[in-house]
Amino acid sequence: MENNKFESQFEAKLANNDVIEPKDWMPENYRKHLIRQISQHAHSEIVGMLPEGNWITRAPSLRSKVVLLAKVQDEGGHGLYLYTAAETLGVSRDELLDNLLTGKAKYSSIFNYPTLTWADMGAVGWLVDGAAIMNQVMLQRTSYGPYSRAMIRICKEESFHQRQGYEIMTRMAFGTPEQKAMAQDALNRWWFPSMMMFGPPDAESPNSENALKWRIKRETNDQLRQKFVNQTVPQAEYLGLTMPDPNIKWNEDKKGYDYSDPDWTEFKNVISGNGPCNKERLAARNKAHNDGAWVREAANAFAKKRKEVYEAA
Amino acid sequence: MKDNQGPLWEIFLQKKAGQPYVHCGSLHAYDKEMAIQNARDLYTRRQEATAIWAVPANAIVASSPEDIGPFFEPANDKVYRHPTFYQIPDAIGPM
Ligand SMILES: [Fe+2]
Ligand SMILES: [Fe+2]
Repeated sequence: MENNKFESQFEAKLANNDVIEPKDWMPENYRKHLIRQISQHAHSEIVGMLPEGNWITRAPSLRSKVVLLAKVQDEGGHGLYLYTAAETLGVSRDELLDNLLTGKAKYSSIFNYPTLTWADMGAVGWLVDGAAIMNQVMLQRTSYGPYSRAMIRICKEESFHQRQGYEIMTRMAFGTPEQKAMAQDALNRWWFPSMMMFGPPDAESPNSENALKWRIKRETNDQLRQKFVNQTVPQAEYLGLTMPDPNIKWNEDKKGYDYSDPDWTEFKNVISGNGPCNKERLAARNKAHNDGAWVREAANAFAKKRKEVYEAA
Repeated sequence: MKDNQGPLWEIFLQKKAGQPYVHCGSLHAYDKEMAIQNARDLYTRRQEATAIWAVPANAIVASSPEDIGPFFEPANDKVYRHPTFYQIPDAIGPM
């Protein structure tokens, strides 16, 4: 009876486009859905530092090095904003990190692909950040307050990420024939994995219905994917590069491009741990965490000792 | 010792002197100094602040959403606290 009252208040808030805050009553499944989605998002930002981190020491100029360093640092920040947003739902940071390090938690499949050449730094910023932004712009209006606020902050920072990527692409595509070939090769390898970032097709997306009902998401996976295609094709044309999908062509009726879906079997494989870099990524995160253990221990001990001294005085 | 990330701190930023401090988010840190340093690295990478407050999250006292209605009710019927409640002759002009 009491629960019913709370539930109808919750639903009235959603219908009214009001925001749900941490201390408000919420259905248990809404809470669970958010913890899963926000923590997966956080893990993706953290693991997402690795493919680009791979090129920091080999960036071709000082300018490109400081830019890449700043971008990777931003992604670390995004992970931290999102972890604290998830923690407002009653899950601890230690638990969240543990889920990532033991492989129990999922993160975006895109970060399990290798970054083979410098042109990949262009393609990742242009396509991977481009796809992420499309999703994150929508999530700025998500129904959960702390998630929405994290997204607004993240979106402000993201726009430079995509622009620096596209700038690298322009340099490569308008450079020597070898550089242009590298740019084309990067587009070829990153296109379909980027298309996978929006998740499975609407018809096969198990979590979409609730996410839309609860206004956690406001557009479907396929709607966002279509927007991404529409945005990207003219950008590739400008670069003089060929989209690696022969089915891409303008469709006047829907005022958008037709396109092929990515290989969903590959998507499932990568998501369930069998992508080209899953093991490497997880090993790198575990190494970083374990190498930092003595720092956490020392800082913890120091803070404790100081507190004792302070309280004794 | 159990591995942990330290307690939670709420972070408030003042964009420049004279402006109010605004909550921007939270973070984990083991002590005050680290809380301020982490806040600088996490929340002011683009000159978002010239001053920072870090407050232990467990020191914050909050109103509870359940009694939002009765708790704020006393202000509901006090229209006379607003300037528009009063009528001033047109001849006087803006006041
Ligand atoms: Fe990010
Ligand atoms: Fe980014």
